[in-house]
Amino acid sequence: MTDALENLRQTLSAKLGNSLHETRLERAELTVELALEALHATCVWLRDDPACRFDMLIDVCGVDYSEYGDGSWEGPRFAVVYHLLSLPHRQRIRLRVYADTELPIVPSVVDIWAAANWFEREAFDLYGILFDGHPDLRRILTDYGFVGHPFRKDFPLVGTVEMRYDADQGRVIYEPTRTEERVVVPRIIRSEEEGRYHARNQ
Amino acid sequence: MPEINNFTMNFGPQHPSAHGVLRLVLELDGEVIERADPHIGLLHRATEKLAENKTYLQNLPYMDRLDYVSMMCNEHAYCLAVEKLLGLEVPRRAQYIRTLFDEITRVLNHLLWLGAYALDVGAMSVFLYCFREREDLMDVYEAVSGARMHAAYYRPGGVYRDLPAQMPQYVASPYRDARRLESLNANRQGSVLDFIEDFTRRFPGYVDEYETLLTDNRIWKQRTVGIGVVDAERAVQLGFTGPMLRASGVAWDLRRTQPYAAYADLDFEIPVGSTGDCYDRYLVRVAEMRQSNRIIAQCVDWLRKNPGPVISDDFKVAAPPREEMKTSMEALIHHFKLFSEGMSVPAGEVYTAVEAPKGEFGIYMISDGANKPYRMKIRAPGFSHLAAMDEMAKGHMIADVVAILSTMDIVFGEIDR
Repeated sequence: MTDALENLRQTLSAKLGNSLHETRLERAELTVELALEALHATCVWLRDDPACRFDMLIDVCGVDYSEYGDGSWEGPRFAVVYHLLSLPHRQRIRLRVYADTELPIVPSVVDIWAAANWFEREAFDLYGILFDGHPDLRRILTDYGFVGHPFRKDFPLVGTVEMRYDADQGRVIYEPTRTEERVVVPRIIRSEEEGRYHARNQ
Repeated sequence: MPEINNFTMNFGPQHPSAHGVLRLVLELDGEVIERADPHIGLLHRATEKLAENKTYLQNLPYMDRLDYVSMMCNEHAYCLAVEKLLGLEVPRRAQYIRTLFDEITRVLNHLLWLGAYALDVGAMSVFLYCFREREDLMDVYEAVSGARMHAAYYRPGGVYRDLPAQMPQYVASPYRDARRLESLNANRQGSVLDFIEDFTRRFPGYVDEYETLLTDNRIWKQRTVGIGVVDAERAVQLGFTGPMLRASGVAWDLRRTQPYAAYADLDFEIPVGSTGDCYDRYLVRVAEMRQSNRIIAQCVDWLRKNPGPVISDDFKVAAPPREEMKTSMEALIHHFKLFSEGMSVPAGEVYTAVEAPKGEFGIYMISDGANKPYRMKIRAPGFSHLAAMDEMAKGHMIADVVAILSTMDIVFGEIDR
């Protein structure tokens, strides 16, 4: 399995050249980071090339890296991650492209895999990543008329509005939320040497 | 001659055959669907965002609430993701218990699906039969975890505890006499494994009952044959997985192609359909129930012969045994740290998937080394299936929309997340 992925990694390196930023083979999973401009052409090639045949798009998701490692992240804030599956070769691959921080725009892959349609709508809805060439880029999971992109790290966990029925006006109204955010268990990063996890194995 | 326009109809979100809260905007030409536009998100609880703010152990019970008819399969995908990040070995017995409960869950899910589907298409009685068997399996859930549905039984590193030696019994009540009580408890005299084994002996007969009611039923066939046809190529293109893909003739099952837990050692078949219509999907799922029953029987057999630990002995991840905690200072500290701060998971990213009853249920997890996931994406099979609603419903009648929606085995817990 890992050998096959290693072969695939070499094929990809040979084919893609400079547009390939990084490949990683960790925990028997192959991750490929691509230049944004090369994404669409690479996806077509990955789907059609007999050595790849990634005929199924399993998942597309947005990631907001702004608070990664408690602020140690350098580089673009947003990324879009694609998980592909090849039924003939029984292989998986993960593609990642980074998008601009201010106005993240990524080419759409709906014309390559029809399955991308809703996944891209979801990434747009939750992260505000725009997909160039998407036929119908509407919000999908949030409420009608929702403001903001809730999965961005700067969006509060408790949200911004709350809803109630107002008897005077005879309709449902939105108000700024009164819920206070509280953290019960703080987020702690333990370095590997300090090794909460590794301690036992030493 | 009056001018006839298409008109738009709203289906749901409060509709008994919308399987939860789906709003479907249908554009109709007479009674024929021109366009179906599903509006989802009415059950959106931002599970993925919540997960970023909870420790790895606190996140686990949220998994039950995603696809709330195949609870343990969701937990399984989550535990596999955490274990893969940690590089943790799971004891063999725990893997068999997981396999056993994955298959019990599959039967539970398919029974609910079958009952609800038959009800949607107009056959009332199947629902009642299916729920009779679900009751037995829910009792098994309750026996091992204390909860009938939201079990939180799987843990990173194994399962919470071993199978109980005594199957819980019905107790006397003013509403049932001694004879009734005795008959209710007849197959509950032994252990949980005895009860499950008894169930596996009875179950094929029950499946025959459902098939007698439906498989050759003329009305059933009229409502399902040739409805919502998806060919193999299109099914792959649309990202179908699970029975939806197999009914279209693609023999793809993660239990066989990328085995996890104990599936590599078990003997079972992958039912595959040919035409990819609603009737084929029905046949595939019924055949899957029979196969699941076979797997359950094999697991019971193995579990009887092979006692052993059911959770990792790595106390940085799994809680130490209760007795040890009362006597050992170190175990007490482990317990305290695990349930307050939680475990820190090495930085990295993984994608793990299991063959859930509805298809490929995957967890993509990014960790930056903290005690909480940095990002967790849940890949729900129903999401891709429902996305194909427009394509599948186009050109069919309104009544077929219900049949198509139901054949996808839609559960909004996982689609809206």
